[in-house]
Amino acid sequence: MTEETIETHILAVLVDNEAGVLARVVGLFSGRGYNIDSLTVAEVDSTAHRSRITIVTSGTPMVIEQIKAQLGRLVPVHKVSDLTVEGPHLERELALVKVAGTGEKRVESLRIADIFRARAVDSTAGSFVFEISGSSDKLTAFVDLMRGLGLVEVSRTGIVAMSRGAKPF
Amino acid sequence: MSGEQQVLSGAEILLKALSDQGVDMIFGYPGGAVLPIYDAIFQQNRIRHILVRHEQAAVHMAEGYARSTGRVGVVLVTSGPGATNAVTGLTDALMDSVPVVCLTGQVPTHLIGNDAFQEADTVGITRPCTKHNYLVRRIEDLARVTHEAFYIARSGRPGPVVIDLPKDVLMAKHVYANGAGIQHRSYRPRTKADTAEIARIVEMLAAAKRPVFYAGGGVINSGPKASRALTELVHLTGAPITLTLMGLGAYPASDKQFVGMLGMHGTYEANLAMAKSDLIVSVGARFDDRVTGRIDAFARGARKIHIDIDPSSINKNVAVDLGVVGDIAEVLGDVLAEWRRRRPAIDEKALAAWWKQIEDWRAVDCLKYVQDPNGPIKPQYAIDRLYHFTRGRETFITTEVGQHQMWAAQRFKFEQPNRWMTSGGLGTMGYGFPAALGVQLAHPEATVIDIAGEASILMNIQELGTAAQYRLPVKLFILNNQYMGMVRQWQELLHGGRYSESYSDALPDFVKLAESFHAVGLRCERPGDVDACIREMLAVDKPVVVDMRVDPKENCFPMIPSGAAHYDMLLGPNQKAAISDHGLTMV
Ligand SMILES: Cc1cc2nc3c(=O)[nH]c(=O)nc-3n(C[C@H](O)[C@H](O)[C@H](O)COP(=O)(O)OP(=O)(O)OC[C@H]3O[C@@H](n4cnc5c(N)ncnc54)[C@H](O)[C@@H]3O)c2cc1C
Ligand SMILES: Cc1ncc(C[n+]2csc(CCOP(=O)(O)OP(=O)(O)O)c2C)c(N)n1
Ligand SMILES: [Mg+2]
Repeated sequence: MTEETIETHILAVLVDNEAGVLARVVGLFSGRGYNIDSLTVAEVDSTAHRSRITIVTSGTPMVIEQIKAQLGRLVPVHKVSDLTVEGPHLERELALVKVAGTGEKRVESLRIADIFRARAVDSTAGSFVFEISGSSDKLTAFVDLMRGLGLVEVSRTGIVAMSRGAKPF
Repeated sequence: MSGEQQVLSGAEILLKALSDQGVDMIFGYPGGAVLPIYDAIFQQNRIRHILVRHEQAAVHMAEGYARSTGRVGVVLVTSGPGATNAVTGLTDALMDSVPVVCLTGQVPTHLIGNDAFQEADTVGITRPCTKHNYLVRRIEDLARVTHEAFYIARSGRPGPVVIDLPKDVLMAKHVYANGAGIQHRSYRPRTKADTAEIARIVEMLAAAKRPVFYAGGGVINSGPKASRALTELVHLTGAPITLTLMGLGAYPASDKQFVGMLGMHGTYEANLAMAKSDLIVSVGARFDDRVTGRIDAFARGARKIHIDIDPSSINKNVAVDLGVVGDIAEVLGDVLAEWRRRRPAIDEKALAAWWKQIEDWRAVDCLKYVQDPNGPIKPQYAIDRLYHFTRGRETFITTEVGQHQMWAAQRFKFEQPNRWMTSGGLGTMGYGFPAALGVQLAHPEATVIDIAGEASILMNIQELGTAAQYRLPVKLFILNNQYMGMVRQWQELLHGGRYSESYSDALPDFVKLAESFHAVGLRCERPGDVDACIREMLAVDKPVVVDMRVDPKENCFPMIPSGAAHYDMLLGPNQKAAISDHGLTMV
């Protein structure tokens, strides 16, 4: 048997925002042994009570197809779209990054934040909290640079994504 | 009262909604959390309540009722232990795609999460073993949820749905408006294939030289119309057809194009036809591991069409060339119409050669056995005689799980769908007897027989009480080999004959057991007595327990050993299996 390639895909899933819906999605992944690299969820339509879940997952092409079909079977799921195969799309992630330090390190962290277009959203005499958004790679690069400059903690949202152009979900 | 809105209690709303759904019977067991429902049941007579002896059995009864009628089976259990006892049944119904609605009691909403008496997180526990589940927190939602639950249970790929009902919701008051026509906001399974797919099916079928139909439980789920369409299509194409364990009855077994069940204990001709075919048309069958054997050796020369209502069944285990999502009756109806329109020329010469090959495989006579008139009763013989004496009757067969189940599947001939109920996906010992009771309740005049093993039957034997209470003349035909035979067979083949814990020690006296439950007990120990025993069993209009003492050493053949290719079958005890290390890890 030839080794099948492992691919990473970004799935957007529109669901009824009802009790337990996230448990159904997460339970499906754990129960069937699928990977979740990241998962974000929030209500996107408060009148129709719809939430949008963005899942980054990986697997062989056959497993990815299974994941989509299994998601589609869940009763509160309205739509599953595989952004990775459905044309060009945008991916964004947001992070809050806390850095503590004084003197030269403090100045350096501000300078790098500026290059990365990160904003200081909290500052004290000895610390900053930066807000940064962009691709996951950019966030990772920023966090790596902060390590030497007094990195205290990181909170990342995981990826949200959307197709380019006028086409709706 | 038409159209008029009444103020009712939650329990009354529930019963109204059930009868608006056409429910005539529910299988249940009471407890504190569901007392309001039992009170409402007491005060009406449209819905009959069948009191079971264990909640697992209630679900299997509902499954038997559902699978023999094509309707939704309904279960009612209390909170906590009532709900957890139902879990095996729900899982069974999920695996075998059986439409069931299970109502579970729950502690009042303000106590949920407090570890209240008999509280269990029922929606949490049943989420992975139901098609969908609900916790009804507001009485305003009760009627809608109930109607939705029935819609979900029966539409698309059928399955079990749980409705968890806090006691305060059952006692609150609200108006009820009939919503039996209700669907779900978004859940709409696709039932029709598009014309291009239909055309493709016809083209591939017409071009095949060695086609085989492989049909399964989806045909039964789709209804008798699907069976008729399948039969017609198979006749038109002249191709052989095999059925899965779950599909038996979907195509008449006595028809000459039927080559028997396929899979681990399927016929030689069925498995070889699959292995050597150039086109497999899977009709509502899900390429289960019991059918494919070692997956990389499965039907490598065949193109594959898979028609299934559940997109996740397609390309799950086996990659197919054409996956068609739709309901079998609709898709096959369209295929038939297209076939008639086109009248494609089939390669008669190739087909004749294909049948010649199949006849050679058939000639191996893989299900043969020898009954020595002075030896022990062969289980195969007992089943053959049972079939012989029940042929003329309206007969329904259920089974437990084990060798007896496989012998029944191999030997009993089903000419119609919905006559055969067995636990295939989960393989639940203890399924057959309660399922038989559900069948009997739905078909009071029919002959209903559970072909059982002595170990399995003890898993729900308490239902003899239910049989007695409702005077259900179900027959328990126990092939008593004094072993968990299927386990013993695997131990013989795979574990050096070390029969660890597979001997059925300290068995009850089944005749006395039957009598103590107001049933009739019969015992049969010699081949010469089998006929008389079966005749007597069938003549008694009461539940009967037959202790048929069969050969403890008999094994079930043919067999594809675990991990082997589907053409590497063991045909009898003299053939030794070569089982790989990988095979040993398979179940
Ligand atoms: C001890 C033991 C031994 C076994 N040995 C064998 C064996 O030798 N051979 C064998 O075949 N099985 C055997 N089984 C059973 C096996 O485990 C599976 O349960 C069985 O093979 C599955 O049958 P199926 O493919 O027909 O699918 P089912 O489980 O019946 O599934 C039905 C399929 O049809 C689809 N469907 C449902 N409704 C519709 C509709 N309306 N329209 C279209 N599609 C629909 C579903 O989505 C699903 O994919 C054994 C079980 C046990 C316990
Ligand atoms: C609830 C449950 N537990 C365990 C098993 C594993 N199992 C499969 S067949 C079998 C033995 C069944 O014995 P019996 O009912 O006597 O049938 P036989 O094989 O002897 O015909 C066992 C233990 C199962 N299928 N279900
Ligand atoms: Mg036994």
